[in-house]
Amino acid sequence: MTATPPLPYPNADAPSQDLIAACVHCGFCLPTCPTYAVLGVEMDSPRGRIRLMKTVWEHRLGADAPGLEDHISKCLDCRACETACPSGVEYGKLVEGARSQIVVARPRSPIERLIRAAAFEWLLPHRRALGTFATLSIAAKRLGMGSLLRATRLGVARRMADLLDLLPAHSTATRSATISARGTRRARVAMLEGCVMGSVFGETNAATARVLARNGVEVIATVDQTCCGALHAHAGERELARDLARRNIAAFEQVTADAVIVNAAGCGAAMKEYGWLLKDDPAWSARASAFAAKVKDATEFLGDLGMSERPGTLHARVTWDDPCHLLHGQKIRDQPRALLSAIPGLEVVPLAEADWCCGSAGTYNVTQPDLARSILERKVANIVRTGADTVVTANPGCLMQIQSGLRQAGHKVRVVHLMDLLDEAYRTG
Amino acid sequence: MRGLVALLGREKVLGAREDLLLYEYDGAVDTATPDAVVLPESTADVAALARFCHEHRVPIVPRGAGTGLSGGAIPVEGGVVVSFARMARILEIDVPNLRAVVQPGLINLHLSTAVAPHGLYFVPDPSSQKACTLGGNVAENSGGPHTLAYGVTTNHVTGIEIVLSDGTVLRLGGKAVEDEGYDLVGAFVGSEGTLGLVTEITVKLTPLPEDKRTVMAAFPTMDEASETVSAIIAAGIVPSAIEMMDQLATQAVEASVHAGYPLDAGGILLLEVDGPRDGLDDARARIEKICRDHLASEVRVASGALERERLWAGRKGAFAAMGRLSPDYYVQDGVIPRTRLPDILRLVKDAGVRHRLRVANVFHAGDGNLHPLILFDSRLGPDELERAKAAGLEILTACVEAGGSITGEHGVGMEKNCYMPLQFQPSDLAAMRRLKDAFDPDGLMNPGKIFPTPSRCREFAFASTAR
Ligand SMILES: Cc1cc2nc3c(=O)[nH]c(=O)nc-3n(C[C@H](O)[C@H](O)[C@H](O)COP(=O)(O)OP(=O)(O)OC[C@H]3O[C@@H](n4cnc5c(N)ncnc54)[C@H](O)[C@@H]3O)c2cc1C
Ligand code: SF4
Ligand code: SF4
Repeated sequence: MTATPPLPYPNADAPSQDLIAACVHCGFCLPTCPTYAVLGVEMDSPRGRIRLMKTVWEHRLGADAPGLEDHISKCLDCRACETACPSGVEYGKLVEGARSQIVVARPRSPIERLIRAAAFEWLLPHRRALGTFATLSIAAKRLGMGSLLRATRLGVARRMADLLDLLPAHSTATRSATISARGTRRARVAMLEGCVMGSVFGETNAATARVLARNGVEVIATVDQTCCGALHAHAGERELARDLARRNIAAFEQVTADAVIVNAAGCGAAMKEYGWLLKDDPAWSARASAFAAKVKDATEFLGDLGMSERPGTLHARVTWDDPCHLLHGQKIRDQPRALLSAIPGLEVVPLAEADWCCGSAGTYNVTQPDLARSILERKVANIVRTGADTVVTANPGCLMQIQSGLRQAGHKVRVVHLMDLLDEAYRTG
Repeated sequence: MRGLVALLGREKVLGAREDLLLYEYDGAVDTATPDAVVLPESTADVAALARFCHEHRVPIVPRGAGTGLSGGAIPVEGGVVVSFARMARILEIDVPNLRAVVQPGLINLHLSTAVAPHGLYFVPDPSSQKACTLGGNVAENSGGPHTLAYGVTTNHVTGIEIVLSDGTVLRLGGKAVEDEGYDLVGAFVGSEGTLGLVTEITVKLTPLPEDKRTVMAAFPTMDEASETVSAIIAAGIVPSAIEMMDQLATQAVEASVHAGYPLDAGGILLLEVDGPRDGLDDARARIEKICRDHLASEVRVASGALERERLWAGRKGAFAAMGRLSPDYYVQDGVIPRTRLPDILRLVKDAGVRHRLRVANVFHAGDGNLHPLILFDSRLGPDELERAKAAGLEILTACVEAGGSITGEHGVGMEKNCYMPLQFQPSDLAAMRRLKDAFDPDGLMNPGKIFPTPSRCREFAFASTAR
């Protein structure tokens, strides 16, 4: 009698074998993968990464293999490969599953553990802490810490400087209260305030609420909501992500709303997957799926609802850059484009490779600085080629990333969230 | 390994186990792990590598994007896999002469996209054109839906630069169409990486047609669809493409693109006519009428570029969408005289039933180039693939008996090399072998492909008179 071999992956969050089986290794996804475009090797392609996960299931590679961690962490989780895949392989779920296993299987240095704990357990879930951190970082940036750090010529310090570069020069943390609809009420929604959104982009939250209100949508206040857990899930910290998801589900269950509006594409994509995240938790899985079905990106919701009030005229040459987690993560393509072209006076020019990642992807700048830089440079070059004076997008990570890329390359192009631009248009009108 | 690194540098050589494991597959079913992978960036790199392999008697296996469907890029006898992923530049676009000079790792579609602003395109359009490389197209002499009217890769390549297995660099042909002496370019196109490594390709560019009409027609069964194909051609209409899909294939396709392919049809045709705008609508109307005369339940003309692209995205993504139906598929590529379509399709169906496997069909009906996709699940054990191969062999035998061939465009590779005697006499194979020896006397280029090998083909002792 042969003993059944031990499970090759540490726990049940392992990348699903059924999802892996849907990949017929046709290679259609390769040309859409930003890391494959830079490195040109199978290991850093979607097909290769899926195969790596499969070889672990086949006991041909350990879940602790250094190569596995290397190539899985080089993945941006941008999900362009999902859009490209005719077989509908759900790559995002796979890569997050793989990461959750690597976190367990690969021992980390004490320093790395400390940094992860600080970021994932302390900073992100606690908005006030994050707010303070953001304020401090922005202060550091204003004091010119960036150039100081760069001057030290230390790798770590340089990456910190790059990170500081990402932050906007001001933070505008504001908490939203209930905002009633203008005119006849067409819908009632709750809004995710988000950790980064709330701390650094509070003004965008306020703008989103105003734009919705203008279109007959009541935006009700909520209590106790927290970080969506997207960054945790991307980093493989699934237990922490689940805790946050449960807290959010409970918080939003307390209000009656037609939809839960999210204006950060990365958060929205993660929240739409709460059902999958909590699928093995019998007490929560049904609640999670019900909640996930209510989650709508702000552009998706307004685009589908239709604008009831025409925005005022703005004069600018603008171009739209799809946030990966909006286009590839949530398959939302038409609505933001429709909203943008509804603003009179704008000259909207197409952006080549608008569907390519800008390299933002959470902590990617810190973990993969060289790759992140090449990917960002490609995006910046495409933007500059359009001759647009304004880039419009819908995710804080992309906003900061593109802004810093343009600034470093010395271009004066404005980067703005679609909701902020709409708000601006309504104010002029 | 160490020698290769010393020769080419660390960045261009892969040797870690997890790296090599990812160069053991392509788009098909066979696998084998290489001893090393090299990623050259220039012809000089390729020549240096070839000299090294020649000196150490190591097999060389070229690889493009690994979308091949006959195991061509699989290092079945070990050795070095040479990936052309980093030689993907367009070197020259010569608009007046309608030529482009490109590196072999360039993706097929990227060429057409790049020359589109000049009103030009590269004609061969394999369904995998979003991903496959020109080097792979040259090696496989690839076709596509529009092969029907415009020919296969060999009709669109006028020159190549190749590196032989001893490191010699040769330039064959050029921008001109005719050349004195033997047509070595023609001999090389379709040689599946067994004669040498392609490092540069000169291709013909073609003016984009002024306009197109795309028609989707749904039929109760594959029989009516097949008869329609013959009737259209008999009527003297020359569509640029006639593609056929059965109900199972349509399920996968529709789930992936939502193009409005009817799920209840037994057979579907996708037809296109293109060229000068004058006369297109006339041809379209005649096609529509023939379809209706053959009991088409629905005939839809694409209303614009968007709808046309949707329909084509569905057809071209069909193989790649099979993951929606089954974890694995084994695709055959037999060619038959078009008039035999109905009975051979029935035979395909029976072969599936006999081996307890589902078969989806989506193929170039105008060329009589079948693509039965035999669905199986390797997780259930090795028996699944064996049954799929048995069914495949029955289908191929029938194709040859019907006066056709075992491969239309996917190549022989390591997947059908044992079946070559089905179609060729020993003297044919010996002549091919002499050509191979002239280019690659030491047998280092992509060994174990095209020609039957004693070790792997022992069980296939076909009567070589099967022709
Ligand atoms: C979903 C799908 C649909 C397909 N549809 C079609 C179709 O419609 N028509 C069609 O003809 N094919 C089709 N194919 C098959 C395949 O895409 C083609 O054979 C293609 O030309 C292979 O290109 P590649 O770059 O992937 O080559 P690979 O698979 O990497 O290699 C194929 C062969 O080319 C050789 N080769 C590659 N580069 C070089 C080089 N530089 N020098 C010398 N030899 C080289 C390799 O050794 C190997 O023998 C399809 C495949 C898939 C997965
Ligand atoms: S496109 Fe889909 S099926 Fe094809 S290799 Fe990529 S993930 Fe696999
Ligand atoms: S998610 Fe993005 S980076 Fe990762 S494999 Fe897919 S396309 Fe590549």
